[in-house]
Amino acid sequence: MAETHSLQDMRPQAAVAAKVFIQRDYTNGTVCQFQTKFPSELETRIDKQQFEETVRMLNNLYAEAEKLGSQSYIEGCLACLTAYTVFLCMETHYEKMLKKIAKYIQEQNDKIYAPRGLLLTDPIERGLRVIEVTIFEDRSLTR
Amino acid sequence: MSAVMITRKVRKWEKLPGKNTFCCDGRVMMARQKGVFYLTLFLIIGTCSLFFAFECPYLAVHLSPAIPVFAALLFLFVMAMLLRTSFSDPGVLPRALPEEATFIEMEIEAANGNVPAGQRPPPRIRNVQINNQIVKLKYCYTCKIFRPPRASHCSICDNCVDRFDHHCPWVGNCVGKRNYRYFYLFTLSLSLLTIYIFTFDIVHVVMRSVDNGFLNTLKETPGTVLEVLVCFFTLWSVVGLTGFHTYLISLNQTTNEDIKGSWSGKNRVQNPYSHKNIIKNCCEVLCGPTYPSVLDRRGLMQDDSLVSATGAAQSSSSSNSTLQSTHAVLCLQKTTAPLIPNEHTPDDAKPSIAASAEKSPSPKEELPPASKLPPLASPETDAETSIAKDKTH
Repeated sequence: MAETHSLQDMRPQAAVAAKVFIQRDYTNGTVCQFQTKFPSELETRIDKQQFEETVRMLNNLYAEAEKLGSQSYIEGCLACLTAYTVFLCMETHYEKMLKKIAKYIQEQNDKIYAPRGLLLTDPIERGLRVIEVTIFEDRSLTR
Repeated sequence: MSAVMITRKVRKWEKLPGKNTFCCDGRVMMARQKGVFYLTLFLIIGTCSLFFAFECPYLAVHLSPAIPVFAALLFLFVMAMLLRTSFSDPGVLPRALPEEATFIEMEIEAANGNVPAGQRPPPRIRNVQINNQIVKLKYCYTCKIFRPPRASHCSICDNCVDRFDHHCPWVGNCVGKRNYRYFYLFTLSLSLLTIYIFTFDIVHVVMRSVDNGFLNTLKETPGTVLEVLVCFFTLWSVVGLTGFHTYLISLNQTTNEDIKGSWSGKNRVQNPYSHKNIIKNCCEVLCGPTYPSVLDRRGLMQDDSLVSATGAAQSSSSSNSTLQSTHAVLCLQKTTAPLIPNEHTPDDAKPSIAASAEKSPSPKEELPPASKLPPLASPETDAETSIAKDKTH
């Protein structure tokens, strides 16, 4: 699992002011999608478009991971024929996508969110239930 | 009297709440009661051993050597599916961490507004629209989350499981999103194996009786009688169960939804998850993506515990965790972890002093598991709906 606490290790001085939790969006069923509604707590910190773009991108990545297409069917049938032993040596499509998602979140944190005193937690660490956004205290205002 | 705080690395499975048993340093995850699972193993391995010992030598010579070969392959497939179902994470949803739980509570309070004193607050339900149907999401008081659609709380394992089907004592685990297809393939292949062994038992007895006479045959191969008995009784239950699950899969329903009658009845909501196409439903359930476990059982985490100077370790983790964090020991472990996992958060690194780690029973979710002879499926007992039916398939 990707370690997303690295940014917290780098800034031990910053205190957590609040945490916002972006909930799941179930309008299309049980597929993993998150609500793109912009939480009010982040209004002062980040641009609405930017944030919605991040969540939309994450939704696309998760949708691709759970896509029911020929690739998933072939993977499923092949795995069944080998009594699922093929997964001992091969990574599943979903796992590959999760790695991509972890990389994307790390990238977004480094480029966009950390400079604004925010931190996105990979939803896999919260059971794919929420995207946890940690808001750090804005030190620049207190100086 | 001074106390020393020691920090050491433990695997996350040691801190997981819920009544699961973990083996092989977190690689294997099962329910606590495993007696019936051992019985299942014994019946399958025992019957197949008898088949290979008594029937196969005769049939290989007199009919075809392909018969024991195919039986062996089928037996291996059955065992693989059984072990896969029993040992894998069914799709357990981790409990909410304190901040998330508080955030949800605040949202609920804001939604409820002011409740006059003396009145019970309204039930914690969230309505979502799924494919143009209104589905109610219930709040789980134990896990402190709003359960995703199709998830349910298993009182035997004390976990919320995604796409909860039922808790199966025969495989010693819950059947949920991640292991449903293995469970189905297990019942299907076991049906085939039972029919196969039963058929060739009869063929064998008939062929031998022609030469030696019926009673002599039974004397020569006493194992056959035992096999026929086991197969006869197994056939009815397992084939019936396979048929039932085939029906559920074609409609994209879970056993839990079927028992509760979620999608049946005139005024009820129609199943919003069904593709209205049998082939598509089957493909989604059996050949859909393989969902990963969100539990991260083998990840490492910090465990802060207070050790008093008198020497008695007041740690909240299980007693053998120091061993476990360094070797992969093949032994069964019971976790006595606190209600909410003790994860190291950036702002507070408070030591966990809860020595007894007794879970405070939440007002609505504590119900004892079924105490009678284990039926084939034990539906989860949800206090909010007050359904305590037990259906034997």
